[in-house]
Amino acid sequence: MNMLDQFFAMGGYARFVWPAYGIAILVLGVMAAQSYRAWRRQHRLWSAIETTRPQRRR
Amino acid sequence: MQRFANPGRFMRLSGKIMPWCGAGAAITFALGLYWALFVAPPDYQQGEAVRIMFVHVPAAWMASFVYAFLALASAVALIWRHALADIAAQAAAPLGAGFTLLCLITGSLWGEPMWGTWWVWDARLTSVLVLFFLYVGYIALVNGFDDPTRGARAGAVLALVGVVNLPIIKFSVDWWNTLHQPASVFRLGGPTIDKSMLAPLLIMAVAFTLYFAAVLMLRMRTAILASRVRTARLGEMEPMAESRGGQQAAGSVG
Repeated sequence: MNMLDQFFAMGGYARFVWPAYGIAILVLGVMAAQSYRAWRRQHRLWSAIETTRPQRRR
Repeated sequence: MQRFANPGRFMRLSGKIMPWCGAGAAITFALGLYWALFVAPPDYQQGEAVRIMFVHVPAAWMASFVYAFLALASAVALIWRHALADIAAQAAAPLGAGFTLLCLITGSLWGEPMWGTWWVWDARLTSVLVLFFLYVGYIALVNGFDDPTRGARAGAVLALVGVVNLPIIKFSVDWWNTLHQPASVFRLGGPTIDKSMLAPLLIMAVAFTLYFAAVLMLRMRTAILASRVRTARLGEMEPMAESRGGQQAAGSVG
């Protein structure tokens, strides 16, 4: 068995270790992506307001 | 404290700090993952399965830490009625729920090979499941009112009541018989975990914390921008609303 196979086999615990890391990346990734999408959306709306009303009171 | 609680100042300050937190999270995640998967040794009893610890334990710490943050922000919101505290609490809640879910799933994946079961209704696991429901309940309650101010207040009260769950989670492994192992890092007399595993664990904990800080600020900025958009739109509608009696529109700007 070469080194890479040995690494991915995780001493026989591959079916527990890799899903754990996979789900971690998935959960953190989805939370960050969803938060960023929401920011982009509000940012677009705000830019539209700024351009249509440049003389907006401060 | 009040100085930093000004939304305008928060936007300027967070705009500067957030990129650093994000970059720091990326670097520490890369370092932590490398250390956890390649450098840290297998456990003498658990073998390679111990590597689940490096995501499970930071997720569990964050689950409790974010709840403490949520409760503190809720207390500030209730006592000083500060809008930014409500925004902070509501921005943190979904992240806390995510960390708790991650903790439960990775714990399950660790429990099956080590304990021979995916789940057991013992004190530690049950109290963390309750924590997850507290987060979900908070989010549902905040969004369950037509009037956002009332929703925020109801959610803040729930968040404060739920604080009793935090010491129960922490000490559940000491107070009751449980399959879950007792604390090996934050305990009287110092950590019992070996340095070769403690180092990557702490790096991952730093990575999770920086990630939380960055995404929290992003979500708070989004909420502040959203309220500015709402106010500007109400301003645009003002002449129209005034012709039909504008008290309602004016009253809800808050």
